[in-house]
Amino acid sequence: MPLSHLDRLEAEALHVLREVAAQFRKPVLLYSIGKDSTTLLHLLIKAFAPAKPPIPLLHIDSTFEFAETYRFRDAVPAKYGVELRVHINEDGVRDGIDPFKHGVSVHTEVMRTQGLKQALAAGGYDCAIGGARRDEEKSRAKERIFSFRNAALRWEPKAQRPELWNQYNGRIHPGESVRAFPLSNWTEMDVWRYIEREGIALPPLYFAADRPVVERDGVLLMRDDARMALREGEREMMRRVRFRTLGCWPFTGGVESEADSVGKIIAELENVTTSERQGRVIDHAPGDSMEKKKQEGYF
Amino acid sequence: MDRLRFITCGSVDDGKSTLIGRLLHDSRNASDDQMAALARDSAKHGTQGEALDFALLVDGLVAEREQGITIDVAYRYFSTPKRHFIVADCPGHEQYTRNMATGASTADLAIVLVDARKGVLPQTRRHSWICALLGVKQVLLAVNKMDLVGWDERVFAAIRAEYAALAEAVGIERVQAVPVSALQGDNLTRRGGADWYSGPSLLEHLEAAPIPALDIDGPARLPVQLVLRPHQDFRGYAGTLAQGRLAKGDAVLVQPSGHAAILASVAVGGREVNAAEAGQAVVVTLDRERDVSRGDVLCAAASPLPVSDQFVAHVVWMDEAPLLPGRGYWLRIGTREVAATVTEISHRIDVNTQAHEAAKQLAMNDVGLVKLSLAAPIPLASYAESRTLGGFILIDRLTHATAAAGVVRHSLRRGENLRWQAFTVDKALRAAQKAQVPRCVWFTGLSASGKSTIANLVERGLVAQGRHTYVLDGDNVRHGLNRDLGFTEADRIENLRRVAEVAKLMVDAGLVVLVSFIAPYAREREMARSLFAPGEFIEVFVDTPLEVCEARDPKGLYAKARAGLIPNFTGVNAPYERPEAPDVRLDTTTATPEALASTVIERLDRR
Repeated sequence: MPLSHLDRLEAEALHVLREVAAQFRKPVLLYSIGKDSTTLLHLLIKAFAPAKPPIPLLHIDSTFEFAETYRFRDAVPAKYGVELRVHINEDGVRDGIDPFKHGVSVHTEVMRTQGLKQALAAGGYDCAIGGARRDEEKSRAKERIFSFRNAALRWEPKAQRPELWNQYNGRIHPGESVRAFPLSNWTEMDVWRYIEREGIALPPLYFAADRPVVERDGVLLMRDDARMALREGEREMMRRVRFRTLGCWPFTGGVESEADSVGKIIAELENVTTSERQGRVIDHAPGDSMEKKKQEGYF
Repeated sequence: MDRLRFITCGSVDDGKSTLIGRLLHDSRNASDDQMAALARDSAKHGTQGEALDFALLVDGLVAEREQGITIDVAYRYFSTPKRHFIVADCPGHEQYTRNMATGASTADLAIVLVDARKGVLPQTRRHSWICALLGVKQVLLAVNKMDLVGWDERVFAAIRAEYAALAEAVGIERVQAVPVSALQGDNLTRRGGADWYSGPSLLEHLEAAPIPALDIDGPARLPVQLVLRPHQDFRGYAGTLAQGRLAKGDAVLVQPSGHAAILASVAVGGREVNAAEAGQAVVVTLDRERDVSRGDVLCAAASPLPVSDQFVAHVVWMDEAPLLPGRGYWLRIGTREVAATVTEISHRIDVNTQAHEAAKQLAMNDVGLVKLSLAAPIPLASYAESRTLGGFILIDRLTHATAAAGVVRHSLRRGENLRWQAFTVDKALRAAQKAQVPRCVWFTGLSASGKSTIANLVERGLVAQGRHTYVLDGDNVRHGLNRDLGFTEADRIENLRRVAEVAKLMVDAGLVVLVSFIAPYAREREMARSLFAPGEFIEVFVDTPLEVCEARDPKGLYAKARAGLIPNFTGVNAPYERPEAPDVRLDTTTATPEALASTVIERLDRR
């Protein structure tokens, strides 16, 4: 029986993870606790079994993750037998960077992009593995699986290395680095079908439940703690929602849903007509905002 | 469900991005918010007036949207109830031959677009030939813009016939033709436009096209990616099975060493299995200790791969720096990396006509037939046999760019390739062989300013990076080459002239030369600079004040000069002309020699 689409995606991801281990001196896997990076973690274990993965996990903590996200994260090292490193941009904390005061863009820039740069420099990592997929966003559709970053950590879309067959060129000079994306060729639906097939555990936020939410600018936000002040006329209400992606809770909108299992989510996605990043406030800036962010070093 | 990977080929105005955008939209694979963004983008950059410009669904980079062209390969994903699809959307310009080769390398099928008004063009031939070169053997010919020729059946028939002849000539085995209008969506996902066409739509063809199976019946080939050693008692070899099947108990040969072993276990994703097949990522163990490392290939013992260090290949050149015979590259094939040299360019191939031309070098987007020589023999398959073990890339040793993609035609027996093509060994070639940019770095400054200390640290740093260097020092030259010279002004000028000439010879040899000389006269420093190509000579002024040098005085020379024992001592009783605009100025009073050496090395890294 020929290999299925999912089998081939899995094999490709394992191959890429092993190439990272073979070609780089000090790789790291950026773990965001979301479904994609948890899938990546599952693949990481498979790629090196029965050995322990030679690649640690790194979480860039924005300090505004959902409480459930933190709980899930803290259980990961024991559950998977991996090393998890956490980095917080202490400059941002010291300066009191707050998504409600400074806005989404500034908060993301300082706590995620700058935080990531700090952590990569401090750790001396020459390759960072991420769970990004090409179907997520237009500029990602052109990014390589081994995506070269110059010494300023910038992505140069016009100077990408051609990538043929399963040959990934990870040769770099000191200071340069590579971002590796083993899930490049997966779609959101592929990820969910794989999660279902493999029985991968996810943070409960992905599944519909009655949750207290506030409607703000057309987005259903879950008020995860008191740092979010209610505006006039706003009130918390219980809604049955789930989250299609897990970012910082102040700008990750929930969708109303009855899907409380992976199977139901897949059934729901088969009929859905919005892309998963729709709930993310950051992407709604002008059309090229992701490309710009990536050039600046955002993942 | 299975999946088909395909590439779309067409030129700027053939409507390729429109076709893909339409296909995504009409097969209900574009989401509402993507459509809303499309409406916004269409109003801003669209080329279709009031209507949606479907090309903007796929042209992702800012420059592409602004210029209305596709620059890079974009990958798209969609599925129908029958099949999953991965699309490589490739630019069609001649200057993007490399991108098309990239997209074709993983494709099972190609959609070739032809503008019904223009018919089969040289670029159609180029696209088809590149696809065939990279092993894509089936084509869906989309004759587009049929609405603009009034859906004239004769136009379609003529183009289909002309393309059939072309396909046969370039080695495409299977062709299906569909008349379409990408703009209107006719015959993409639904029939339309012409009543005379009753064949399948483009999408129906895509759903029915045979998928070239991974070769699971051929002899097993497992290129080893890495060795897993979790503990003393386990040594596993991880890799993606390129061909055939592997089962516990199978006899294998480790290539190129040729050692035999029996598979003790086969696992996929950490779980032991009875057998694994081509395409799967596996871990195997052997029944005995064998020396196996990354780059080796485990082969079915009964039919190992031929091992060779010389072979013939087609290469698509992808780098701005041209391919020069004699220059060294890293070759990657399977999981092995080995030093390689192109010994001969047999011919260049005109990508439009496929005519063979004599060539001394290959420029970016050129395709040629070449002979390669490797530093060590490796197991080799022809590309026709195996895309994985017969397709390779060449990596530039200096920039680390992926310089070329190649497909192995056949290996050469020893002796067949002894004749090296006549090529000129020059500075560029010598430098490339050393994977570096040759330079003359001239440290000038007073005696005891720190020139030699810093020059020596710079050399150590460069050697640690694998560079090839030499330090020319005032003392070592005066003891030999310039033994006959004294310290009069005339002798000092002659001293500098000779050193500059020696430095020039060393740069010509491809070295990074570090000259540590007082060189007190501006005119002589200029003379030295004039011997080199622009950017090759770097003047480093070690700017240490006289009092500091005098206080250091490690050899007691200043004391002697002050006592009148040394005539013509620079700074005391002979002039030092400060450089007006050195390339690098180093202040030794505020930074350590190590930090200053790093500054110089960083300056050298700039090109």
